[in-house]
Amino acid sequence: MKAGITILTVAAFASVPLWLRDPYLLNALITTGVFIIAAMSLNLLLGFTGQLSLGHIAFFGIGAYVSALTSLGFDIGFPGGFRLVHEPWPPIAGFVLAILIAGLCGYFVGLLSFRVRGAYFVIVTISFAEVVRLVALNWVELTQGPLALTNIPSIAIGLPGLGELTLRTKLQNYYLVLAVAFVAYLLIARLVHSHFGRAMRGLMENETLAVSVGIDVTRTLTLAAVISAAIAGAAGSLYAHYIRIIDPEVFAFINTVTMVIMVITGGKGSLAGPVVGGLIFGLLPVVLRPIMAPEAQWIAYGGVLIVILFVLPRGIVPSLAQRLAKRKREAATVAPVAFSERAKEPA
Amino acid sequence: MSEFLQHLINMLVLGGTYALLGIGLTLIFGIMNVVNFTHGVLYTFGAYIMFIVVQQLGLNFFLALPVAVVAGWLLGAVIELTLLRPLRGSDIDTTMLVMIGAWIAMQSATLWIWGGVAKSVATPFPDAPLVLGPVSVSWLRLFVLAAAALLIVVTYLLINRTKLGCAMRATFQDQDTASLMGVNVDLIYTSTFAIGSSLAAAAGALLGPVYVIFPQMGDLAAVKAFAIVILGGLGNITGAVIGGFILALAEELGAGYISSGYRDAMGFLIIIAVLIFKPTGLFARSERVG
Amino acid sequence: MTSRAIALDVEQVAVRFGGLVALSDMNFTVGEGEIVSLIGPNGAGKTTAFNVMTGFLDPANGKVNYRGTTLNGLKPHQIADLGLIRTFQRTSVFPNDTVYDNLLIGLHRQGRVGLFEAILSLPRARASERRLRERAAELLERVGLARRAHDLAGSLSYGEQRLVGVALALAAEPSMLLLDEPVSGMNASETHAFVELIRNIRDRGVTILLVEHDMPMVMSVSDRIVVLNYGRIIAEGPPDVIRNNPDVIEAYLGQGATRA
Repeated sequence: MKAGITILTVAAFASVPLWLRDPYLLNALITTGVFIIAAMSLNLLLGFTGQLSLGHIAFFGIGAYVSALTSLGFDIGFPGGFRLVHEPWPPIAGFVLAILIAGLCGYFVGLLSFRVRGAYFVIVTISFAEVVRLVALNWVELTQGPLALTNIPSIAIGLPGLGELTLRTKLQNYYLVLAVAFVAYLLIARLVHSHFGRAMRGLMENETLAVSVGIDVTRTLTLAAVISAAIAGAAGSLYAHYIRIIDPEVFAFINTVTMVIMVITGGKGSLAGPVVGGLIFGLLPVVLRPIMAPEAQWIAYGGVLIVILFVLPRGIVPSLAQRLAKRKREAATVAPVAFSERAKEPA
Repeated sequence: MSEFLQHLINMLVLGGTYALLGIGLTLIFGIMNVVNFTHGVLYTFGAYIMFIVVQQLGLNFFLALPVAVVAGWLLGAVIELTLLRPLRGSDIDTTMLVMIGAWIAMQSATLWIWGGVAKSVATPFPDAPLVLGPVSVSWLRLFVLAAAALLIVVTYLLINRTKLGCAMRATFQDQDTASLMGVNVDLIYTSTFAIGSSLAAAAGALLGPVYVIFPQMGDLAAVKAFAIVILGGLGNITGAVIGGFILALAEELGAGYISSGYRDAMGFLIIIAVLIFKPTGLFARSERVG
Repeated sequence: MTSRAIALDVEQVAVRFGGLVALSDMNFTVGEGEIVSLIGPNGAGKTTAFNVMTGFLDPANGKVNYRGTTLNGLKPHQIADLGLIRTFQRTSVFPNDTVYDNLLIGLHRQGRVGLFEAILSLPRARASERRLRERAAELLERVGLARRAHDLAGSLSYGEQRLVGVALALAAEPSMLLLDEPVSGMNASETHAFVELIRNIRDRGVTILLVEHDMPMVMSVSDRIVVLNYGRIIAEGPPDVIRNNPDVIEAYLGQGATRA
């Protein structure tokens, strides 16, 4: 049944461009999709390992810069007269490198997370993101600093028999983002339902007990951080090649906060949570734009985050699921449990 | 050499206000176990109070500082009573996220009311700096240092010499025992948050006129405050003061000898380094809270 | 016991907390397939000893060997990989998961497959999942918790949670089991059933070291008893000998007297 819902949801998303012609709305959907991918990656850490990464935008931004620089090329000098010259590569190579390098950064942050937890981990991740932002701002030779990297090429994919297709239009990019989002969703779903996911849950719920049954903390948390960062890097790469201009503002803390709001509202630790929360907060600006100034919108977002934490601390999706399950249980007054039958046989 | 002396002077001025920021945050962190993301907004708030009192109401510069302290105290008390008290007993992540929400809302409100254009505050001090041999320092910065030092001493006395301070220290040691001994823990929490907030507002009111005032000025200040707290050890006031000066020194030297663009990176690098090599902070062994 | 091969060997272990001596010069061995109990008044150092043996605490002195491997410096999960598994006094379950899912988490050591196999759901990963599910159901029946399989572990009674804890430990396929006060919070009939379970586990070749306050239970189940007081071993021997040892009686009565 769950697979059915997933397929129906993907089909519904795939049908959107058939009836929605408005380019402004399509644009909003594409950037929302990119942020949903990032929010899903944040949820893997926050919802399934309990580690709140408030520097998550760093992985997104690193993915964006790596992808942009790979496809634009660069020529930088180092002390001692050594120069590093890189000729432009196809954007798809940038996409792959973005995933790898963001994942590598996730590895180092994950190693740190083994040493520090809770509030300290939060502060380490914020600091990491800020250091990366300052590097992007100040290493002008590589990143153009505040002048931004411009004219980033669109992603081109080689189709067997059809030659190369460059994804320039909004429609093409919409389907690209949808495809990547679907793959990311499946990847996370498979991961959290595998024994890796169970190890993460075990560590989140009772670390002492988890290690005593043989779960390796460092390995598990680092793995989660690497995969989470790699997915965020993929989202960043998509963003760079779609918007085609990238500047250090991409690392703004407010972008991490946006992801956090999406995850918390939708429901951390729920696979569908970031999708639901992401759609709400990705499309809300479209709805609110005619009636509210952007600053007023942000006041509202801050307010919504607080209200959600007070009234629906587990988020929309888990609360709905719980209500649904409760109704089901009430419908069947005597709950038949598969195990209860077999339980009494051996004595 | 004279360049180095100049950096030391600048470090003193900056370190004083950093220490104020750090003390406020370390009190809240240590006693309430709340990662206070509104700390930076309170800093911004203090600076805007300065701007309102001096520029918009045309009142005396020296009057503005106590006004900012009192306003910070009140705003802190309101935040604690409305947002934190109902969440007493929730996990640290929930309160942290609520504080993030409050920060976003308040910062956006500042932006909405005053706009994003940076403001400056006129000061009664002469433009010509005080020149002492090879180094010079502006009169305004000297005043900032003196005021910060005064506030640090007052806070220190408040915590070590008053009944309230004694109750705060008891709560820090062991909340349950303190409440058994008749300490009103709710009152201590509200007071702690209010005091911490007023110190942040004071820091903003002092540094605002030195630089310029804009809605996001508190973001960096907040992370620097976190760096100071981590450096000094959780809940350690003396550690926060020393941490404030160490951060200021690192920034001055970093800006002077590496690149001014990386001035603000120093705090973050310190955080990362401390957490890698000595997660308990540099002064974890020394006496805490006081 | 001389005929048995030595499974666990504790040599001159000492632990200090600040200036406080929690364990001093502790020496004892547990033979393969034995049931040994570690008893002593509160604060005698029993849980500290467990923490040293399972890597949660580094001893100041001495070493612990398990089947020829020195455990010093190993992390808890590495020690678990050697088959030395413990239970806990307080935190014995993953409270927000069902009892069944608790067991699946506990079966971690049996479920290891490659990351890509798991993500792509390759046949080997699917087969492994199937095995785990069967094994989880089997273990639940063995400890008598099958009818609570789909309840949240945190909602179970204290005694049932202890059973989940034991099932979790069994899920990790121990060759030796360290049980920390397993019957505290159980009523008489639950305790009786538990003694049967312990014997049953031992009969399958698992060595058992037990920390317990319930003296009748300890006396009935143990092959041998080690008595700790103030971090020191004051007596060691079969139940009949320990029952009549004047030092042991003194240690327990002495503590009772100061308490009263």
